[in-house]
Amino acid sequence: MHRRTFLKGSAALGLAAPQIARPALAQGAKVLRFVPQANLANFDPIWGTQYVVRNAGTLVWDMLYGVDAQLNPQRQMVESEEVSGDKLTWTFRLRPGLTWHDGEPVQAKDVVASLTRWMARDPIGQMIRGIQDELAATDDRTFRWRLKKPFPKLLYALGKTNAPMALMMPERIAKTDPFTQITEYVGSGPMKFVRNEWVPGARAVFETFAGYKPRDEPNSWLAGGKRMLVDRVEWVIMPDAATASAALQNGEVDWWENPISDLVPLLRKNANLNVDIADPLGNVGSFRMNHLHPPFDNPKIRQAVMTAMSQEDYMRAIVGDDDSLWKKLPGFFTPGTPLYSEAGGANVGKGDIALGRKLLKEAGYKGEPVTCIVAQDQGITKAQGDITADLLKQMGFNVDFVATDWGTTGTRRTSKAPPSQGGWNMFHTWHAGADTINPAGYPAVRASGDKAWFGWPNIPPVETAIAEWFDAADLAAEKAAIDKVNAAAIEGVVYVPTGFFLGYQSWRKNVSGIVKGPIPFTWGVSKA
Amino acid sequence: MLGYIGRRILATIPVMAVVGLFVFSLLYFAPGDPAAIIAGDQATPDDVARIRATLGLDRPFLVRFWEWSWQILHGDLGTSIFTNLPVTTMIGQRVQPTVSLMLVTLVFAIVVAVPLGVVAAWKAGSLIDRLVMGLAVMGFSVPVFVVGYVLAYVFALELGWLPVQGYTPIEQGLWPWLANLILPAVTLGLVYIALIARVTRATMLDVLSQDYVRTARAKGLSQGPVLFIHALKNAAVPIVTVIGIGIALLIGGAVVTETVFAIPGLGRLTVDAILRRDYPVIQGVVLLFSFVYVLVNLAIDLSYTLLDPRIRY
Repeated sequence: MHRRTFLKGSAALGLAAPQIARPALAQGAKVLRFVPQANLANFDPIWGTQYVVRNAGTLVWDMLYGVDAQLNPQRQMVESEEVSGDKLTWTFRLRPGLTWHDGEPVQAKDVVASLTRWMARDPIGQMIRGIQDELAATDDRTFRWRLKKPFPKLLYALGKTNAPMALMMPERIAKTDPFTQITEYVGSGPMKFVRNEWVPGARAVFETFAGYKPRDEPNSWLAGGKRMLVDRVEWVIMPDAATASAALQNGEVDWWENPISDLVPLLRKNANLNVDIADPLGNVGSFRMNHLHPPFDNPKIRQAVMTAMSQEDYMRAIVGDDDSLWKKLPGFFTPGTPLYSEAGGANVGKGDIALGRKLLKEAGYKGEPVTCIVAQDQGITKAQGDITADLLKQMGFNVDFVATDWGTTGTRRTSKAPPSQGGWNMFHTWHAGADTINPAGYPAVRASGDKAWFGWPNIPPVETAIAEWFDAADLAAEKAAIDKVNAAAIEGVVYVPTGFFLGYQSWRKNVSGIVKGPIPFTWGVSKA
Repeated sequence: MLGYIGRRILATIPVMAVVGLFVFSLLYFAPGDPAAIIAGDQATPDDVARIRATLGLDRPFLVRFWEWSWQILHGDLGTSIFTNLPVTTMIGQRVQPTVSLMLVTLVFAIVVAVPLGVVAAWKAGSLIDRLVMGLAVMGFSVPVFVVGYVLAYVFALELGWLPVQGYTPIEQGLWPWLANLILPAVTLGLVYIALIARVTRATMLDVLSQDYVRTARAKGLSQGPVLFIHALKNAAVPIVTVIGIGIALLIGGAVVTETVFAIPGLGRLTVDAILRRDYPVIQGVVLLFSFVYVLVNLAIDLSYTLLDPRIRY
């Protein structure tokens, strides 16, 4: 090929380029580009309980009830409910005109199948299943739930935010084994999932469902009218925070769910961006000790660690020097919510190493190695793990620091074997504050021994107090029960709370309607 | 020649078998459990065990290896544990961005590095030579992600000439496609330029001292034809060899570059799959990379016959 021919060809290609096919978007279609906290690697919110799956799930699948910003469950797909005088039989009626994305009407039999699948995987759902006498559709829009004993938290369970949420699917999909992933993504929520544009690890696309009938009430978190003010929402997966920051500043994306605190000052300087707290319910940092094996089978040693640790050290390691982002947490429940309690928390996280050493000596620590597994690929666990290693060494523990990744931590923490045989003594994690507002969806605070969460604490007073909370008829009784839970969980050290911390979100100023909440609620969000 | 090609292609079969066995064994014995990741934080150990059983991860090594091998022999790379999509579909979604990135990088690197190496050899010992070699050292030394961030800051954020991230398929226009690839290709290409430029310089220095170059000059040929026709052609075999070896470098570098520029390519697919322990995807991608590498080596071996008529198979 001659040089001139080549140049002519190149120029022709360049001129022709803009005319080559583009995505079939309607003229003036409003597209909201959103950077989620993680990759949408699967899309079954019952099978996979990751927050990112739940968040996407709320766009596609609707709920019978949804909690509002005051954490009260409000009707969503349900038009009305009736409860019998003995509180054992609930009868629910669906709103008229609800349809699935494939055009079929939503029926009570779909709800029954969806609830059955959800109950198999959700901790509170499993409790309901344990006292369930019958769950059946009585006509196309009505279903009845008969229980063996009253369950005052039923509506809360149906509207809660923590995963797995009670999301409704057509019967043919909901009949999928709860331990097998669904293959069809049809819901009745405000957006449809555009499956053929889904590139796991890169992007997920949702389009407004024209057949959605929002409620008349104003939206508030999962409650009220879920009105979509954009035509299409594109989730752009960005594993690198610096890239996400640059893309937001450059206008290539509109909304970033979780900027890291290091980059927030940079975002704040940009006149085109808003930066605000993402979720007022925040997060609870945590490290768990294995109650099955020495040295942490000894409650006095657990208490020594809890006294010696400094929550300030942990929080600064996670969020940096921004004091507005964290606070001390002498308990296990979310600050600012009705059941928050500090009962029994006077000694939590005092940061008194000398006292910790003294308590450790009195407890009879024999120098056993402490296998501390720390996931290095998660900023929050790595920061906490580094602080813990230093704390334990200062206290005089023999530390076996195992630096690994989250995938390995997730497996190893399930092992009840002694640390020397593949088990563990400590691991770090954190809990979304939306999950720690009460014990309903909070397995980490349970202390039922073998059936408890990893670490397997066996502290009967905690379980007794949680049972009291489930049976509590009013808020005062709930608060009294939670005070007992908090005090008993601190006494036995179910786990060590490392503090309460918040995170930011950021969005461009041409986007409005973004609210603070445990989920990035897309309804009510518009783009100029 | 055809017989040689046939033998080389047949030789890839045992290579792929060994790679397959190695990768499968490595993943089987490596710590981590996709079932625990799928089950999430709320799950009980019983839930995790049940998911593991549903996925067939609780079966013995030999059973699983046999099933996987049987699938591979039938052209089926399996299904992703997480996305429930066929691995071939997932790879198919990611091939174009990675191939595009590698091609643009390759073209950019060769176009820049070969003339630089030739000029450095021609002006050996001069300031130009030292500058070129200094650049080569820098290309090797500066981490890919640092170069990436600096380029994105200057050319995307400050000047606004190019996008920060993403990939536009070539079907949507040549310029949008290229615009997304320029910064990543320059980033990834710097190491490659350093490598090719150094090898080109060293080889050219050797060739330029040969008698036939002196003869060409004695015939009155100008510097250009002497360097680029007589000398470079004879220096081509080692240069092409290093370009081929560098493909492996590109594959490794693509993982970081695709992450920094949020390009949905095979590199990111691999990293995501490793972090999640998505075994079928990891196995599929590693097999693909191995196969490509074997083919690249074959192509390079064959190219020797074009570059040097004395070489025959």
